[in-house]
Amino acid sequence: MNELSPLSVPVTAGCSDAPVLRERGQREVFCGLTGIVWLHRRIQDAFFLVVGSRTCAHLLQSAAGVMIFAEPRFATAIIDERDLAGLADANDELDQVVSKLIERRPEIKLLFLVGSCPSEVIKLDLSRAALRLNQRFAAENRRDLRVLSYSGSGIETTFTEGEDACLASLVPTLPAPPSTLPNLMVVGTVAEIVEDQFLRLFAALGIDNVGFLPPRRAAEMPSVGPNTKFLLVQPFLAETTAALERRGAVRIAAPFPLGVEGTTAWFTAAARAFGISAQHCANVLETPAARARDSLARHRVTLAGRKIFFFPDSQLEIPIARYLSRELGMWLSEVGTPFLHRELMAEELELLPAGTFLSEGQDVDRQLDRCRDNMPDIVVCGMGLANPLEAEGYTTKWSIELVFTPVQGFEQAADLAELFARPLRRRAMLKV
Amino acid sequence: MQLSFWTYEGPPHIGAMRIATCMQGVHYVLHAPQGDTYADLLFTMIERRDVRPPVTYTTFQARDLGGDTATLFKKSVAEAYERFKPDVLLVGASCTAELIQDDPGGLALALNLPIPVVPLELPSYQRKENYGASETFYRLVRACVADYKPINKSTQPSCNILGPTALGFRHRDDVVEVKRLLEKFGVSVNVVAPAGAHPSDLARIPDAHFNIVLYPEVALTTAIWLERQFGQKFVNVTPIGVGGTRDFIKAIAEMFQIDAADFLRAETSRLVWYSRSIDSTYLTGKPVFIFGDATHAVCIARVAAEELGYQVVGLGTYSREFAREVRAAAKLYDIEALITDDYLDVEAAIKTANPALVLGTQMERHIAKRLGIPCAVISAPVHVQDFPARYSPFMGFEGANTLFDTLTHPMMMGLEEHLLGMFREDFEFHGDAGASHLGHTASPVQAEDATPLSATWDAEAERELRKIPFFVRGKARRNTEAYATQNKVTLIKLETLYDAKAYYSQ
Repeated sequence: MNELSPLSVPVTAGCSDAPVLRERGQREVFCGLTGIVWLHRRIQDAFFLVVGSRTCAHLLQSAAGVMIFAEPRFATAIIDERDLAGLADANDELDQVVSKLIERRPEIKLLFLVGSCPSEVIKLDLSRAALRLNQRFAAENRRDLRVLSYSGSGIETTFTEGEDACLASLVPTLPAPPSTLPNLMVVGTVAEIVEDQFLRLFAALGIDNVGFLPPRRAAEMPSVGPNTKFLLVQPFLAETTAALERRGAVRIAAPFPLGVEGTTAWFTAAARAFGISAQHCANVLETPAARARDSLARHRVTLAGRKIFFFPDSQLEIPIARYLSRELGMWLSEVGTPFLHRELMAEELELLPAGTFLSEGQDVDRQLDRCRDNMPDIVVCGMGLANPLEAEGYTTKWSIELVFTPVQGFEQAADLAELFARPLRRRAMLKV
Repeated sequence: MQLSFWTYEGPPHIGAMRIATCMQGVHYVLHAPQGDTYADLLFTMIERRDVRPPVTYTTFQARDLGGDTATLFKKSVAEAYERFKPDVLLVGASCTAELIQDDPGGLALALNLPIPVVPLELPSYQRKENYGASETFYRLVRACVADYKPINKSTQPSCNILGPTALGFRHRDDVVEVKRLLEKFGVSVNVVAPAGAHPSDLARIPDAHFNIVLYPEVALTTAIWLERQFGQKFVNVTPIGVGGTRDFIKAIAEMFQIDAADFLRAETSRLVWYSRSIDSTYLTGKPVFIFGDATHAVCIARVAAEELGYQVVGLGTYSREFAREVRAAAKLYDIEALITDDYLDVEAAIKTANPALVLGTQMERHIAKRLGIPCAVISAPVHVQDFPARYSPFMGFEGANTLFDTLTHPMMMGLEEHLLGMFREDFEFHGDAGASHLGHTASPVQAEDATPLSATWDAEAERELRKIPFFVRGKARRNTEAYATQNKVTLIKLETLYDAKAYYSQ
């Protein structure tokens, strides 16, 4: 049992000033390229071209699983020896690859050149390449096609930070608002069904001027300016936040819309920022919140009192831990996160039970030691660790599903709980 | 620079991981940025291994590049040695670390560890996974037999089985089958490597009379070296199919001047009779397209042509190292071999060849599915389905049994489709009938519609319903309608949909 576990410490003031164990050893996490797997599903006329090595291509197809079998809207321009030896000008080569690609996929409206570890180490300047290609396409009367660049490399980004880098690259290209009316921007990839639920609730609250970043199509980019207020729907968007602030937009600080409490607080923060009365807001949220609360009851039976251990992965760990502990009665054994952005996470940390063991970064073997010492009832970890831990007798939830499944908002609160309850129910069912 | 949508082989360090992971007492320290750890999941998810691969990654980041990545590497090696206490350490670099030129081999040797350290130099921008596996196995064997002291060899013929690895296509069961076959034939197996072997087993390899190159993509380089170094002959006949297995036994018999005729009369496969039974007549001359690693492609083509009576209309491989062998095989069928690692080329070739059956990798399975052609998987790259729970070798006589089923069942399903098509207008086989294997209960699509529906859907709710993934949509519709009926709701609105969702999740 760990000394810092919430069992031995009275629940008081949250984790705002809680100590954090910082680790800088081996990190068992994906790099930022992985974000392409969900970003390309979200922006339906975008193409992601990784400029990298065979490892990058192999990573993407391993992470994307079955999606690869449709003709995917992502690919890798694999750097080979000739590019490194200087026999071929890598820039000319890249232009040729892009030409080939655009010829094959003329319906593409937004092309991301995605930097990788090798492209960064050889200092291939993809932002200049994007500029050059944009000029070329403009000259060829293809102004409807835009080229942008960002880095998804493992030396720069950890897993979900790839989405952050991608969205940050979009911010300077967003249009200015047509009027000075205040508008709301919801930032971070969500499933379409979640987007539509959110839009209906915003409309009921009286907020109509709502845009989403990233949008479903390249032509539907939300506008941004000094009258824009934005809400993060995903916690890993530090760089995008800074870019939006540079455009004059103001972030609405709020917990993240995970669970009934988080979703209520998130909408309430938006309502407050738009001068909507607290009473009206409470009235609007009451029905869906009550419905969501009811739907959690079944999962509370499975989850309450169970001890959960989070390996760092998506930066969703802290909000999810907050939800599982406060709404489902789980005990937090360790909450690991790849990075802790205290500013973006301030509202979440306040809600986290005091004394929660927090860790940032990773030294995977040492963390596995701690995990075994803690003997949690369920472990949240990446796919590389899950089966080995199951074989040791632990119940696991592989974390990548948390970024692929619609989990935000009231109607998905029970779905999020189900992701953790199912492995526990399953283990109880099996008699072999 | 090459535009790649998908790749048959991973980078060479994945090949090195396949060797390290399948062995005992070996640890691999890989100089690599964070993200390269994705490779672990190939082993733990696809192959369902119950332990992590024995690999330590340095996972350097941008901030380390400004500092000292060499120190980070040395620290990782020292810590990995302390924690895992391996008997041999492999060290190397992935693609990014290759560019920063830290010299993992030199750095690791400088630590003076009390165990052999084997540096791997695998050119990531030039070579691929199978090369990495082959080179790693070769380097390891060389390191482990360095102090070999000759012994008096046994009088009974003995061999080593070389080539099976982690993530290998059916390697697990092939080894069992080939070992059984050899022992029955009177050949003892000295060492199986790399799968399951300890470095001390590699050191004993020269004790055997000869080597079996079970998978040339992995083991041929090593076998050639062992022959040169120790005069150990090798058999490079792959025992896939009845003919392949017989040739394999004959090659061994020839080496020891034994008569294998009696043995081969006694040992056989059901394939021989099944293929002659009249039920198989319809297989005759069916055009088949084959693509995979070189060894499997060539062997399966032979089974298809000589043992099942198909006509090989396409043959190809992504293993450029063995292009020559595949070209030679293609000549037997009067066709041009397809040597490519671009699946779009393979797709185009399949379309042109218009086969009745595709035998390929998981990628060809998807291509075939898109084109509506029956298909079976016969080669890596592997998928979770290529590690069946049941015993399912491709090699030996039992392997030939597996092959008969694998290579003909998709055709039978195709035949069933064909018959259903013929009888489409028949009163029992009409176009709306469900799949026959579901029995007559498969067609109650209408029956369900026939139940009077008391509630109707408004447009918004209907739109919302369509956003629900198709595989649960039917259930969502049924639940919502049942909920509506129960609560006497006549018009299903969005709220009804979510009320029902919450109701059923309680």
